[in-house]
Amino acid sequence: MTHSISIKDLTLSFGAVTVLEDLNLDVGQGEFLVLLGSSGCGKSTLLNCIAGLLDITDGEIHIQGKNVTWEEPSKRGIGMVFQSYALYPQMTVEGNLAFGLKNARVPKAEIATRIARAADVLQIEPLLKRKPAALSGGQRQRVAIGRALVRDVDVFLFDEPLSNLDAKLRANLRVEIKRLHHTLKNTMIYVTHDQVEAMTLADRIAIMRDGQIMQLAPPAEIYNRPVNKYVAGFIGSPAMNLIPGQLDAADQQFDTGLGMSISVQGYEFTSAPITGPVWLGLRPEHVLSGQMAQTQPVQLDAYVDMVEPMGSDTQVWAKIGKQELRFRMDGQAEVAIGDTVPIGFDPARLSLFDKKSEARL
Amino acid sequence: MTAVTPRGAKPQKALSPRNIMLYGALVIFSLYYLLPLYVMIVTSLKDMAEIRVGNIFSAPVEITFQPWVKAWSQACTGINCDGLSRGFWNSVRILIPSLIISVSVAALTGYVLACWRFKGSEVFFGILLLGAFIPYQVLLYPLVIILRELGLFGSLWGLVLVHTVFAMPINVLLFRNYFVALPEELFKAARVDGAGFWGIFFRIVIPMSLPIFVVSGIIQVTGIWNDFLFGVVYTRPENYPMTVQLNNIVNSVQGVKEYNVNMAATLLTGLVPLVVYFFSGKLFIRGIAAGAVKG
Ligand SMILES: Nc1ncnc2c1ncn2[C@@H]1O[C@H](COP(=O)(O)OP(=O)(O)OP(=O)(O)O)[C@@H](O)[C@H]1O
Ligand SMILES: [Mg+2]
Repeated sequence: MTHSISIKDLTLSFGAVTVLEDLNLDVGQGEFLVLLGSSGCGKSTLLNCIAGLLDITDGEIHIQGKNVTWEEPSKRGIGMVFQSYALYPQMTVEGNLAFGLKNARVPKAEIATRIARAADVLQIEPLLKRKPAALSGGQRQRVAIGRALVRDVDVFLFDEPLSNLDAKLRANLRVEIKRLHHTLKNTMIYVTHDQVEAMTLADRIAIMRDGQIMQLAPPAEIYNRPVNKYVAGFIGSPAMNLIPGQLDAADQQFDTGLGMSISVQGYEFTSAPITGPVWLGLRPEHVLSGQMAQTQPVQLDAYVDMVEPMGSDTQVWAKIGKQELRFRMDGQAEVAIGDTVPIGFDPARLSLFDKKSEARL
Repeated sequence: MTAVTPRGAKPQKALSPRNIMLYGALVIFSLYYLLPLYVMIVTSLKDMAEIRVGNIFSAPVEITFQPWVKAWSQACTGINCDGLSRGFWNSVRILIPSLIISVSVAALTGYVLACWRFKGSEVFFGILLLGAFIPYQVLLYPLVIILRELGLFGSLWGLVLVHTVFAMPINVLLFRNYFVALPEELFKAARVDGAGFWGIFFRIVIPMSLPIFVVSGIIQVTGIWNDFLFGVVYTRPENYPMTVQLNNIVNSVQGVKEYNVNMAATLLTGLVPLVVYFFSGKLFIRGIAAGAVKG
């Protein structure tokens, strides 16, 4: 099977600044790939390279098996949706949808059918005669998606399409995009810095940092087995506890030196265990407390420093010896500052990273 | 029931010191600009006898339009006696091509500099701006030679070319700054939609840029219409624009000085820019403001 998109040794520089360097990425047919990373890491740049909106410095880009490295954006078989919607303000919604098709000299009747179909899928028929200024943010973004839809292309590129919308609308449209992908089965590349969007939408997530892909894997794997400390800290909310300490390979013991010493027996090492300084990663939601703590291989007593009730659950800042630890308790749990709570967790769910290279052990 | 209490900001007294200052200043400035205009209008409506005896501020006793008619069609320069009308039509024939060509070229140049940067485009823009600071006088004679070599010296088209060239720095600056402020993603979307260089220019950029076209148009209309120097240097007497014709009428030394005709002639000459401002002033302000905020 050919890949839908295949990027080989892509390098992109703006003058002296190299934003992307020797980047390789293959995207499968019909895959929903999310590019996730903090601001300025090169997500949009990568997407613009795929779209052909930036001239790349080196490398090759193939779409549907065809080398499109030097092809015009309109000839690459892509549709694109932008953060600012980028609707043409002087045209009606219908005009916006038809613009690309007219440029491609698609026959009038065909244009009408395609617009009707897109309008139906996105439920924007009542808006067709309006100008973009007379639409709400959510409606505008729907139209922008429609503009990609009518092009009848294999690949959709989204650049933070939901970040200008309010939280509720964002959640709605997110579901719609997922449904759309389910119906159309196009390849989609979706840029975001919102990890909820990434986790819920993606078949695979590419975590980017400084123009490089740190990890490319399905959401569950990124969540459970982050390949390095950066990915571990980036994914998950509240963030993973990252605790520095010493690992002893012989008896698989981890010691913070601050009064927290635990066995990591049961942790699946990806390479031979080492003896030396490491980071131990423990997700707040993987810490169990109260009765359930007793079923866990590792059990500790936590001194409660601070409590944040959130309704559905309660965030607890606690100390084990002098080591700070953040964890989650049930929303109904009665806990107060100064309490001592028994906690427990399973080393199989931990992450261990080499202190120096920050890579997963 | 509670008593009705005032809401909102405390109302200001109409005669607060601040208002007196403000309106006082405004009235003085208005008088400063309007008084000469008033004098011109009343003088142009008096006959010579009345002008000789009366006060220049007094309203005409007997209104006559004879000076206007004379200024338009009979006033004499040293060479001919068909009034300003000849200069008016010359100016129209100079204005229309100069306006169209200069605004089009400036808009296109601004579009390239804003949206299709090339290697050295910033340097090019810098040099172009430098052009705004070179005194015209320095360029007068070199341009005479250039026009002569091009075979355009003395012709109307030579003058059109000069107007176009001199319009470039300020108008390109206007257009470029306006276009730069248009959202970049719009251009990206248009490129994905298959619009090319001209497609984006005509279908996306121009429809969004009416205010700046109006600003540039007004600057050009007034600039070209009011031009005297280029008109007198680069054309022959039969092509002299209205300003030159006006000067020749006002300065003609034969006979008595007909103040009323001179005033009427001056008002006639100023009429075109005045009308343009009157009808598009609002758009002008909007375009200038848009440029100022975004640029
Ligand atoms: N035209 C340009 N010239 C020079 N540097 C640029 C240019 N465009 C982008 N960059 C740089 O490239 C890097 C990546 O930018 P990019 O827009 O791809 O980031 P991003 O990951 O999309 O961030 P965000 O989440 O803020 O959109 C940034 O450091 C940015 O400063
Ligand atoms: Mg971006």
